Amino acid sequence: MLDTLLAYPQSLLGPLWPVVWTLVKIMLIVAPLMLAVAYLTLWERKMIGFMQIRIGPNRTTFFGIRWLGGWAQPIADGLKLLVKEVIIPANANKLLFVLAPVMALAPALAAWAVIPFSPELILSNIDAGLLYLMAMTSLGVYGIIIAGWASNSKYAFLGALRSAAQIVSYEIAMGFSLVGVLMAAQSLNLGDIVYAQQGGAGFLNWFWLPLFPLFLTYLISGVAETNRAPFDVAEGESEIVGFHVEYSGMTFAVFSLAEYAAMILISTLTAIMFLGGWLSPFPVSWGLLGAPWAGWLFAKIFFVASLFLWFRATFPRYRYDQIMRLGWKVFIPVTLVWIVVLGVWMQTPLWIWWK
Amino acid sequence: MTVQEFIFWFFAAILVFAALRVITARNPVHAALFLVLAFCTSAGLWIQLEAEFLGIALVLVYVGAVMVLFLFVVMMLDINLARLREGFWGYLPVGATVALLLVAEMALVLAGPYFGLSEAPRPSALPAGHSNTKELGRLLYTDYVYPFELAAVILLVAIVAAIALTLRRRKHGSKHMDPAKQVAVRSKDRVRIVSMPPVKKPNGGGD
Repeated sequence: MLDTLLAYPQSLLGPLWPVVWTLVKIMLIVAPLMLAVAYLTLWERKMIGFMQIRIGPNRTTFFGIRWLGGWAQPIADGLKLLVKEVIIPANANKLLFVLAPVMALAPALAAWAVIPFSPELILSNIDAGLLYLMAMTSLGVYGIIIAGWASNSKYAFLGALRSAAQIVSYEIAMGFSLVGVLMAAQSLNLGDIVYAQQGGAGFLNWFWLPLFPLFLTYLISGVAETNRAPFDVAEGESEIVGFHVEYSGMTFAVFSLAEYAAMILISTLTAIMFLGGWLSPFPVSWGLLGAPWAGWLFAKIFFVASLFLWFRATFPRYRYDQIMRLGWKVFIPVTLVWIVVLGVWMQTPLWIWWK
Repeated sequence: MTVQEFIFWFFAAILVFAALRVITARNPVHAALFLVLAFCTSAGLWIQLEAEFLGIALVLVYVGAVMVLFLFVVMMLDINLARLREGFWGYLPVGATVALLLVAEMALVLAGPYFGLSEAPRPSALPAGHSNTKELGRLLYTDYVYPFELAAVILLVAIVAAIALTLRRRKHGSKHMDPAKQVAVRSKDRVRIVSMPPVKKPNGGGD
């Protein structure tokens, strides 16, 4: 069906067809993702509202339809930021100042190329998927450094140094957690990692159980990596040093977009590597309920992303030296020890996670 | 021109441009960022040569870690461009001689008839399930395990040396606090709850 539909544009475009078709597929991933980012901001405000016994945004509607109250909020916010003035500070490096938000957002989108939504639904099923993801997430720090430097402001620069040091530190702990996943799954391919979590026991087969310390480390490091509360010193009210203090309007909004896109990305990676990806939490023998389905993956992403919001509503902000201590003196030793434990464990018959 | 050839020439053009800008850009931060661009494009070229592990490792290690620290240093230096450029003409003859020598050597190796590069056979196509990363890992942990571990130990020594050079004890009496102690604090260490029954004024009050 799809092949016959695609035959005509294929003959029309000739050698350009692979390029165009890849661009179409990229759009099919990025467009829903940006929509998800927009509505994650609404869900964040709603959920934190419920937790604090408030209602949250419920006024902005489409065309005055009452029961859609609140649903137009992200669109209205986006429009507002879009028409606001973008102020470029005096003597700032204009090109780099505008490039920085793009550099922050681009890696968070590029990483989606290797995410498997279901066994067949994947843009690029590459062998070294996990390595690619690590490379892409390590590029996100450039947006922050460039933003701080190009703003021509001491405060932005100091904030950028702080945020970049935080991100680089937590990246090490995240990388070590991924080493554990790689050892357990015996593959760098994300699809194979999900297949390695298949089994008769449903959610007990997933890697969160044997890799529990790594799972926690990855999740918390992910919160720190995306500069979310309680690690969001960049936007702390009590301190005026944040890498984006000089940004306004749409350039600032792109930094927010990058933050939320990175949040969804980290949630997706947690879901794929520790929570079984598209696999059902119920045993396979349960028929339709136990069948693998892309919907399970989306449900898990939603769950983990909601955890991020829950953390924000719950914990007070860390102080900067405490952030660094947690990353270097707690998480890195925990992951190193668990990698050794895992290596020994996998040599014994007690390792029952895949046959 | 196929799409693959187009991608190769596109990346090659960007790589040459970025590499040139690394040495011609006046602002050192711009030069460092062009070096990042050069690394990313050469990683793309390596991936096209089916060396995906090397390509991704280049981005992960050099772009993601080394260049970030490099940028930190370059951004914090107060570089006086006028002083850097002084003496340019004096050094030019020496620099130009070295550059010309390098170009001549490279031309001898790459284009000359003595090394037989043009007659070298094309590498055979890899089978479909070939994993570059797995093969490299196997070699690294079997045939080359001693050199690999030696390199790791040397790096460890370097880390110890760097920490020993920068480690300093805080002066006694400074307000430095140990975050581990602060995090471990419980409410009963800081607040004492006293049970205190309400007290009645002797004459029944009066305000």
